[in-house]
Amino acid sequence: MATTLFPKNTAMAAPILTADHVSKSFPLPDGGALHVLDDVSVTLNRGEILALLGRSGSGKSTLLRILAGLISPTSGGVTANGAAVSGPNPDVAMVFQSFALLPWLTVQENVELGLKAQGIAAKVRAAQANAAIDMVGLDGFEGAYPKELSGGMRQRVGFARAFAVRPRALFMDEPFSALDVLTAENLRGELLDLWVEQKLDTEAILIVTHNIEEAVLLADRVIVLGANPGHIRVELPVNLPRPRERKESAFQALVDRIYTIMTRPNEEIESVATGVKQRPTLAPLPDAAVGMLGGLLEIVEAQSGKADLFRLSETLLLDVDDLLPLTDAAQQLAFATVIGGDLTLTPLGATYAKADILRSKELFRTQALDVPVIRLIHGLLDKQGDGRLRRAFFDDLMARHFGREEGPKQLERAIDWGRYAELFTFDPESDTLVLDPALDGASPVQGG
Amino acid sequence: MAVSRSFPTADIFRRRLGTLADPAVILGVLALLYILARLSAGVTAPFSEANPPTVSLDATNLPYYAARSLLRMFLALIASTLFTLVYGTIAARSRRAERVLVPLLDVLQSVPILGFLSITVTGFIALFPGSLLGLECASIFAIFTSQAWNMTFSYYHSLITQPRDQEEMANLYRLPAWQRFTTIDLPNGMIGLVWNGMMSFGGGWFFLVASEAISVLNKKYTLPGIGSYLGAAVDAQDFRHLFLALVTMIVMIVAVDRLFWRPLVAWAEKFKNEDSESGERVQSGVLNVLRRARVIALVGKGLSPVAEGVDRLLRPVGRPHPPRPVDLRRNWLVDGAYNVVLLLIVVGVLVRLGFFVVRDVGVGEVGLALGLGLLTFLRVLVLIAFAAVVWTPIGVWIGFNPRISRVAQPIVQILASFPANFIFPFMTIFFIRTQISLNYGAPLLMALGAQWYILFNSIAGAMAIPNDLKEAAENFGIRGWKLWRSLILPGIFPAWVTGAVTASGGAWNASIVAEIVSWGNTTLHATGLGAYIADATTTGDWPRIVLGIGVMVLYVVGLNRLVWRRLYNLAEAKYKLS
Repeated sequence: MATTLFPKNTAMAAPILTADHVSKSFPLPDGGALHVLDDVSVTLNRGEILALLGRSGSGKSTLLRILAGLISPTSGGVTANGAAVSGPNPDVAMVFQSFALLPWLTVQENVELGLKAQGIAAKVRAAQANAAIDMVGLDGFEGAYPKELSGGMRQRVGFARAFAVRPRALFMDEPFSALDVLTAENLRGELLDLWVEQKLDTEAILIVTHNIEEAVLLADRVIVLGANPGHIRVELPVNLPRPRERKESAFQALVDRIYTIMTRPNEEIESVATGVKQRPTLAPLPDAAVGMLGGLLEIVEAQSGKADLFRLSETLLLDVDDLLPLTDAAQQLAFATVIGGDLTLTPLGATYAKADILRSKELFRTQALDVPVIRLIHGLLDKQGDGRLRRAFFDDLMARHFGREEGPKQLERAIDWGRYAELFTFDPESDTLVLDPALDGASPVQGG
Repeated sequence: MAVSRSFPTADIFRRRLGTLADPAVILGVLALLYILARLSAGVTAPFSEANPPTVSLDATNLPYYAARSLLRMFLALIASTLFTLVYGTIAARSRRAERVLVPLLDVLQSVPILGFLSITVTGFIALFPGSLLGLECASIFAIFTSQAWNMTFSYYHSLITQPRDQEEMANLYRLPAWQRFTTIDLPNGMIGLVWNGMMSFGGGWFFLVASEAISVLNKKYTLPGIGSYLGAAVDAQDFRHLFLALVTMIVMIVAVDRLFWRPLVAWAEKFKNEDSESGERVQSGVLNVLRRARVIALVGKGLSPVAEGVDRLLRPVGRPHPPRPVDLRRNWLVDGAYNVVLLLIVVGVLVRLGFFVVRDVGVGEVGLALGLGLLTFLRVLVLIAFAAVVWTPIGVWIGFNPRISRVAQPIVQILASFPANFIFPFMTIFFIRTQISLNYGAPLLMALGAQWYILFNSIAGAMAIPNDLKEAAENFGIRGWKLWRSLILPGIFPAWVTGAVTASGGAWNASIVAEIVSWGNTTLHATGLGAYIADATTTGDWPRIVLGIGVMVLYVVGLNRLVWRRLYNLAEAKYKLS
């Protein structure tokens, strides 16, 4: 259950919103369907901050929009106040990642937008908007246009617009991820203060984020979503006293635990806990820019071959969405292992980090041949007399393995890796994948 | 820091402008009201077939005629804007309506508007018997048809490409339809609307001139205006008044640009969906005066309760809909039935028209029309090739020199909106003197209007080529033909295709007035589909009008599908610089 440190939270766990066995798929132009969410049940309770945490593709934003009544689920339903939600939920106000301000309206007009939609008279509207603008510390900027404001101030307008309608539930869709680190930290702190001091006319907050630390800092409860299609992997209560300190060991431990869960997208939670490793039949290629891998490993190597993932993301100013694919790639190439939120270089990885460009390319090539998808494609091409196969064949193959949505992406990535490793490349003229001609001589060496 | 200044600063100047702004605005508004009152008396003047209005060549009448023409242009613009907002909204908001309205718009855009004048003139005269209003409406309608489609496409496009977050925000806060229209839909479409309005307005002059003096169904109709003044000067073979009309036309185009479009474009900048102030902004002195005038702010403040009232009044209209779970199977059935009905209607109309034509003129005539179409098609090809060879290098040269393009672009814009049919009399005299057959002269006439689109888009395309690519080319010593082949031609290709499509459409339309021209009693005649339609229109030969227009639509749409669309897709897929 949620923490019991605040009077607000001690009020019984009354649900404000409930999603019951919700699934969502979008029709694709080719007649198929893209499954985004699979059988997800979530309850938002009174007095809590709930964080939906997941990597990209986990359907967390879709889930948020289903709860807000902006999208209707394919199956399952959402209830609020004991009634089924069938349309934009009037109890909900939302803060958007992109702010969603109208550049042709002043701050005041932007904040009044929701009130005007409710048909509130001009005078009352102005007073209510002013109160909200004061609350976010923007008094004096009522007549300014959004483009005259900095990113942080613009998001304050977004918050004011949401506060002004006094929603029962405040939804936030990655509200801080478009801001720089310092501004985000500031705004998070202020929001938390308003919440803790009960200055908000709001009974619960739902935040969607891919920032683990942010989730642990803000939420009373964290739900981790898995991808393809989105499903609930684990629900974790955050029983840390407020104000929370990042340096505290309990905080760190929780962040590390979530990191561990999220770095192993293909494994069951139980096995994560016991540290048992099991490789799926064909592990998908992570969405990592292979060019960045060398840099990452060098940084870890400089830190005596071991780095805390959470620290690493801080030093590199990389989001989880950018960092985790890289660590996935390092693991698949056997350059590193991830245990308990720490990234440790293997001897091979250390060599790779120190090698010059030619040697590192060679190492990458050798290791890439152990990555399942790359090995599969290379093997098939190698069996051809001319080292060529039509792309359409691989399109089908990848779609068979990873589905229609993920398949093409996997092939793109594989071509990317193949080119970097100089194993194979894609020839747009003939629409075929082809073994790297430079490798013709080297091929026997690979075999032997 | 205390710096004493004894000389007048820009501030003083600005303050003086401030005090002058209010009287200027008030005077301007009064003058406008007076002119409108004067003009409206003329518009509703009685009219009878026996005693049609005449145009006097007296130069003192020119300002009045110019004002009458201008009124027509603006009424057409208002009509186009209203049409755009309604049609665009329906097309973007209703999936089923979209399937009819968008292709229909595509066809309307390809139809030779001038060929329809006969139908609309007779229709409108029947609508307002005994009043000049019918002719007035027919002329306004002709201008409208040259403006509306472009603007509608632009607005429709802005509606379906609205930023997703703004749309979601509007749904979440359940904005009523009217609030959504005024705060999201219209602002998002505003820039496109203003730019397309400006371009279409420029194109509209051509149709104004063509529709003020027209021979339909064996009768000559004249409306007081600049176009009919020109026509009268041509009939009288009067050089001096021809020249006067030309000067008046230029003055009008420049004045409308300065007093109306530029302020509007500068004002519309605030509707840019941008995060920060972009460097260069369009400047307009007129807008600055308007912004400085306190009267406007006062009137605005006085009107705000009215706006509030309108908002409240329209609140119940179109409450936001909840997104309904879509039943795909049922939808599929309804969609299928809907498609079949649509298809039946289209086939029915085509068969009916085809029957009408073939019964009256015979199948042989269809072959003749197709053959004439081929001739006009050849003229279009020649003029596009000619314009490409001449104007593309010039356009690229202008586009590559920022200093020149700053000066040249507004001039080209005015040249582009200058109605080509104003030049026709001069060219006609030239053809008569040199005894050049109009069969070869017609492409030149058609090019007078169409060529500017190619120049304009070549400039735009050249300006859009990123500087780093130019520098890289220079760095590697790529020059001459090689530079053209590797950078310039691929770089301007997307913009150039857009220009060529517009030029080709304009040329087809122009062929209707360019394949028959006259000076006094001498009439030059070219063999082609344009002349065929013009002849049929003059004599009121309905089956031939329908056949001629039908064949021209066939050519235009066929050309679009087979050539331009493919080039366009190629440009999008391969040569887009972004």
